[in-house]
Amino acid sequence: MIPSTVPPKYKVEINSNRCMLCERCVRECSWGVYRRDRNKIVTYSNRCGACQRCVAMCPRDAITIEKNLTCWRDHPLWTREVREDIINQSRTGCILLSGMGNAKELPTYFDNIVLDACQVTNPSIDPLREPMELRTYIGKKPKKLEFEYIEEEIDGKKIKKAKLKTNIAPNIKLETPIMIAHMSYGALSLNSHLAMAKAAKECGTFMGTGEGGLHRDLYPYANHIITQIASGRFGVNEDYLMKGAAIEIKIGQGSKPGIGGHLPGEKVSAEVSMTRMIPEGSDAISPAPHHDIYSIEDLAQLVRSLKEATRWKMPVFVKIAAVHNVAAIANGIATSDADAVVIDGFKGGTGAAPKVFRDNVGIPIELAIAAVDQRLREEGVRNEVSIIASGGIRNSADVFKSIALGADAVYIGTAVMVALGCRVCGRCYTGQCAWGIATQKPELVNRLDVEEGANRVANLIKAWTLEIKELLGAAGINSIESLRGNRDRLRGIGLNNVELEALGIKHAGF
Amino acid sequence: MSKNGEEEKREVIIDAKDMGYRELNEKIHEVIDKNPKLKKIILKNVLGQRFIGNGIEKEDLTIEIYGVPGGDLGMFMSGPTIIVYGNTDHAPGNTMDDGTIIIHGNGGDVTGHSMRGGRIFVRDNVGYRSGIHMKEYMDKFPVLVIGGTAKDFLGEYMAGGLILVLNIDSEGDDLGKIKGKMIGTGIHGGTIYIRGEIDNSQLGVAADIKEFTEEDRKKIKIYIEKFCSIFNLGDEVKKKLIESQYTKIAPISKRPFGRLYTQDLR
Repeated sequence: MIPSTVPPKYKVEINSNRCMLCERCVRECSWGVYRRDRNKIVTYSNRCGACQRCVAMCPRDAITIEKNLTCWRDHPLWTREVREDIINQSRTGCILLSGMGNAKELPTYFDNIVLDACQVTNPSIDPLREPMELRTYIGKKPKKLEFEYIEEEIDGKKIKKAKLKTNIAPNIKLETPIMIAHMSYGALSLNSHLAMAKAAKECGTFMGTGEGGLHRDLYPYANHIITQIASGRFGVNEDYLMKGAAIEIKIGQGSKPGIGGHLPGEKVSAEVSMTRMIPEGSDAISPAPHHDIYSIEDLAQLVRSLKEATRWKMPVFVKIAAVHNVAAIANGIATSDADAVVIDGFKGGTGAAPKVFRDNVGIPIELAIAAVDQRLREEGVRNEVSIIASGGIRNSADVFKSIALGADAVYIGTAVMVALGCRVCGRCYTGQCAWGIATQKPELVNRLDVEEGANRVANLIKAWTLEIKELLGAAGINSIESLRGNRDRLRGIGLNNVELEALGIKHAGF
Repeated sequence: MSKNGEEEKREVIIDAKDMGYRELNEKIHEVIDKNPKLKKIILKNVLGQRFIGNGIEKEDLTIEIYGVPGGDLGMFMSGPTIIVYGNTDHAPGNTMDDGTIIIHGNGGDVTGHSMRGGRIFVRDNVGYRSGIHMKEYMDKFPVLVIGGTAKDFLGEYMAGGLILVLNIDSEGDDLGKIKGKMIGTGIHGGTIYIRGEIDNSQLGVAADIKEFTEEDRKKIKIYIEKFCSIFNLGDEVKKKLIESQYTKIAPISKRPFGRLYTQDLR
């Protein structure tokens, strides 16, 4: 036999002087790390993923989780991770499944971009005293406006009145350019979905359903919900299409471009089964492509089909993963009657993705936004279609930079989950989430208080919104519209000429 | 009589000649809205207009189409019966919720794509990937009946419902051995019945040939009878179809990809 056990990644220790044997950790840990054995808590460190549920709940602060220092022989190429993956795959012969976003140390361009502020020559604005316009409309804008003039008699005088002739396509109205990303019910618990929906409503913004359908408990928030159509077409019927505020066609996801998804049968509970409209316990398989879309013309057909099904009352977005030819693809989408292009960068989160995809496929969102914005401008359609960016947006500065690079609004996913309690342990696909977020087990789901969760998410969005206002004010701008695509307010630091050119920004000092 | 004095109609004829799809479909919606008692819409000179019947939710309504409708016929439709006197383009019955589509001719590629309920009867043949990702839930049970043959990848990713291939021409004569390949690739729910012999080599990954039992025969009999009555096939053909030998194709497992992954837990 070839032993395949490797040292645990973390070391869980209990300070017996502090521990009062309340067994809280035993109950809280859904991974089975703890067991009471007579007058002691025994730990199984190999099961720990450092999700910190136990640490957060221990009333005596008796638990310490550290990196296990048992060392592997150092090697710059054959890292511990590389060796562990080989041991795992040679034992199982399977595809490595992972969670969360890209875990490789690839560049985060946001961190190499700095912002501008006013000094002397044009005054900065104080958003606490002066109006700051963050309202954003997502949807198709007309190329030009046409009016007809009607002569009316008012008080004996003939007055020419202008009447708008152009048909204005429906748009959705955001009070802040931050939306909650599409994360499906099934991958996430109902309580997380409810918390996000409540927060979206409170903040005057929107949340995405993901492709898992819309649970009936979310119907009261439907005005703040964007429904999704993905290749699995789960839970899709006329009612679902008409229910939300907009419809999004998901072609790809930043964390796993080019592949579909498999929601494992064990996560398809009775409620999930009802919402997705598939039998309980069966795998929910989303094929890699939409099999009615094999070309950009076919995509246009699906866009129009959704428009027809909703009698052109509903904006339709198309979400793609940021890949090499993202600009050309986005241009194809922009000319298809779609109202918005959603671009998901390679650092976008996921509940489950093959590790090889998560860590290697796709391009950075910063470069993708810049490329798409640039191309759509060159084609003369940027003013007609909205751009929504997502994938690894961590704070208000990232939102601000995304908009300055050319986005209209952003989606945030992982940040919202962290607000709900997630500690980014990356094991969402097991359905064991100790925080009640990425699980369907009732006893775990109940841990997430909906009201409190909604409050946290709303707080986060409000806090970022305030920061964006401050940043705008400092830049001497009083409307988010004046920031959109305003790359002159950005400078690069430590970037080479090619990177600067791709981002369309100057280096600091110029 | 309706409020504005116009007579409420039970039958409306629309001439689709030179009409774009948006105009035609909006007209259909208007006609339905205006006439709550409407039972039948007849569309004449249809030539490639897409999305006909798209998203219409109405029981007890028949839409007769003369000509060749464009793609996505009856997509998201819930309730009506569409009868096409001609062929259809790709994806008739796409993500259909309920109702019936009858095609007096051929269906295009991906006929019945992601169908969730309702019935489709195609007198002749269908294209590639037909019945892909059909799925069932409780009383929602989609059925696709094909009179002739299907191209490759029939019932790919099928997750529920029933596909029946009768392998006859429009006169009811046998078409010979089925040539389709990759049947039921990735199937994880539902059943495919094909009249005649299928070799294992014609199946896709995850599909399996199961024993065709008398219970199965009972299950498909109602659809055969319905098919024969719709397309005016005589008792002799009906008897032949009911008594024929069928190949039953069903998933090997409800979880075809369950063993594809190993967890990267460390």
